[in-house]
Amino acid sequence: MSDASFQFRKANRSLMERLFEPPAVGRMSPASRVVVYVLLFLWTLFVLFPIYWVIITSFKDAAAVNQGPYYIPFVDFQPNLNAWRAQFTEDSYCNVAAVGRQLYLLGHNLVAFLLSPVVTIAPMEPQICKILLAFTNSVVVSVISTALCVAVGSMAAYALARIQYKPKFGNILMFVLLTLGVILATSYGGVPWYVSTAVALALFFFLVRAIGRHFKRSLGNGDILFWIISQRILPPIVVVIPVYVMFQAVKMLDTHFALIVLYAVANLPIVVWLMHDFFAGLPIELEESAQLDGATRPRIFWEIVLPLTRPGLAATTLLILVLNWNEYLFAVFLATVKVQTLPIMVAAKNAGEKGVFWWEMCAVIVVMIVPVIVMAILLTRFISKGVLMGAVKG
Amino acid sequence: MTSMQTTVQPGTSPAGTSSGESWSEWLDRHSGTFFIAPAVTLILIFSIFPTFYSIVFALSRVRFTGEGLQFRFVGFRNFEKQFFGSDQVHFLGKLTPAGLIGMGLAAIITGLVLVWWVRSFRRTTAVGMLGRTISAAMAIFLAWIGGLSLLSGNSIGTLYTTLFYVIVGCGLQFVIGTGLAFLCSQPISGRNFFRVVFFIPLMVTPLGVGYAMKMVADITKGPFEPILRFLDIQDWVWSADAWSARIVMMVCDSWQWIPFIFITMLAALENVPRDHVEAAQVDGASSVQIFREITWPQIVPVAVTVLLIRAIEAFKIVDLPNIMTGGGPGSSTESMTLHSVYVWRANDIGSSAAIAYLLLILTVVCCASFFNYVVLGQLRKAKA
Repeated sequence: MSDASFQFRKANRSLMERLFEPPAVGRMSPASRVVVYVLLFLWTLFVLFPIYWVIITSFKDAAAVNQGPYYIPFVDFQPNLNAWRAQFTEDSYCNVAAVGRQLYLLGHNLVAFLLSPVVTIAPMEPQICKILLAFTNSVVVSVISTALCVAVGSMAAYALARIQYKPKFGNILMFVLLTLGVILATSYGGVPWYVSTAVALALFFFLVRAIGRHFKRSLGNGDILFWIISQRILPPIVVVIPVYVMFQAVKMLDTHFALIVLYAVANLPIVVWLMHDFFAGLPIELEESAQLDGATRPRIFWEIVLPLTRPGLAATTLLILVLNWNEYLFAVFLATVKVQTLPIMVAAKNAGEKGVFWWEMCAVIVVMIVPVIVMAILLTRFISKGVLMGAVKG
Repeated sequence: MTSMQTTVQPGTSPAGTSSGESWSEWLDRHSGTFFIAPAVTLILIFSIFPTFYSIVFALSRVRFTGEGLQFRFVGFRNFEKQFFGSDQVHFLGKLTPAGLIGMGLAAIITGLVLVWWVRSFRRTTAVGMLGRTISAAMAIFLAWIGGLSLLSGNSIGTLYTTLFYVIVGCGLQFVIGTGLAFLCSQPISGRNFFRVVFFIPLMVTPLGVGYAMKMVADITKGPFEPILRFLDIQDWVWSADAWSARIVMMVCDSWQWIPFIFITMLAALENVPRDHVEAAQVDGASSVQIFREITWPQIVPVAVTVLLIRAIEAFKIVDLPNIMTGGGPGSSTESMTLHSVYVWRANDIGSSAAIAYLLLILTVVCCASFFNYVVLGQLRKAKA
């Protein structure tokens, strides 16, 4: 403390005063210092103990788990790698090459799917053990959906911070009514979904052209921003039942695409909320002078605005990455076999017939949580620099 | 600069005509649309459309057939079932026999809410009045359900279990989280260490938290077994009693979510100007006085915002009860989301959607009320 030299109590103090009164402004008395440290260390224990327990359990064998609690490796039980070995030897193809092949397979099958109207390419069959498959799925889904979410979200956030929108109230009402029409026609009328959707879209654009300009009342940017952010209130369970049916209708259940898109949409409100705050805080003069120099808006966004908000962008990306990595409810509904993510695989381990092999499950949990703990440590660096807190302060 | 270029004058700018302009110019002219269209389209397709579509599910009996789904319109029967029919005990709880305390308290709350509602007639507009009517109706409904089930000593349903998670969880987490943030904002060494460690649980996969806690709370093989044996309560099975199971659930949920309150409140506390606090110290104010008179007023706006965000997420709780107890014993730790998932698994898709919709209504009314009556008020006070 810089001002520690400033004494505001008398110089020679009794023992009680020494213990319970702060020596200087901005300092704490020894007694309260002890209390603070004791409380903080107790909480540290509370926080770290479950993680510690999972990690040591993954190095136990059946006997060490079942014969009562053992706490310290090498002291009251002998750690071994059986649980870990079981993960990597129960199937063949448990190596880095299998991961590489799996990534290649995803690209291959995507190309095969995209070209399927033109030529038929046989999709490849996966050759990879369960844990690496789940790991690869988790990485692919969370990385791609984070990229999608941050890209789409920050574009929208920038636009809402800098461009005036005036959506007509009547147009929105028309859209809602047509949506309801599509839903009713498809579910009760037996009309195929693609027919009703195409008709409704055509009708909507026609009506906007025809009578759109007669509507007077319009909404502003604040309303759009509030609308996007308020999507976060929506409980995922409301969405997931119809979404399951929608993906079933286009035969896309149990695909990476389904998870990627859903995760991206679920986290879009957070990205827009945080990034809008960063963009709104930038000085507008830079962009104005760039525009005078003839830069187009996409170029201004890419070359001036994004580099300026790099810390915010990085922190947001990290946060979304963690949220996607942890997502469970959507995956339970939409990812059954092929795109099992790590949380689903852990949950599946619980359903074994021979009882739960806690030590094996713990090994998978460790694989699942070590990356997020690393990301959490990175994220605290941003937070302690005050990067992520602006939005909360309102 | 800041207006969408809908009014390009044909005479002044060659870009107004479509011939002769380059692709990038065209893109620039429509950049307003291109920047926001992807986000809006995604939300419309995967968020708004399903929300509307869900209504059809909730109002129908749905069957999976060979060629797809078959809907049969049944009106509000799926909702009726939750409130008056076979699922009443599961959703609302056991409402009979009614206890005197519960009825009395519900009546008092009803009276207070009605007084508030009548008095607000003079103060707000028609739209504001509509909002207050909805809030009041929800408050009275919840008061009676709570009075007849919880306060009459009957078992509570998934509705009140969810509310228990939200109210008790948010309260507990807020108090402990703010307390920790206060401790961490003191001039001590090692703050960065505590900050990093305390933040970690928030990021750990909720499902992993569920299994880790299940192991830690295990009464025969878990780490606390010697303590239970020492206290001679090793026959006490927390997962067999409704309230102890809910409380264990709350402890585990707090383990995960206190970091969120902690990290935001710590940022707010560090934002309080140090010289105000030190000036008060020099004037001889006690630390309690300093906290109440100087620190607290400055962090209230952040506090209520953080509580709102936490409450929104708390309504969605599903992973923990699903893993730790499977909703048991009976259905006493089932949140509404889990209730909906189980009904879906039982192939009653209509009821599942109805419960999901009820959760949506509950969440929106509670959070919007909190936002309008508490958060906005505090934010205005802070700006003034």
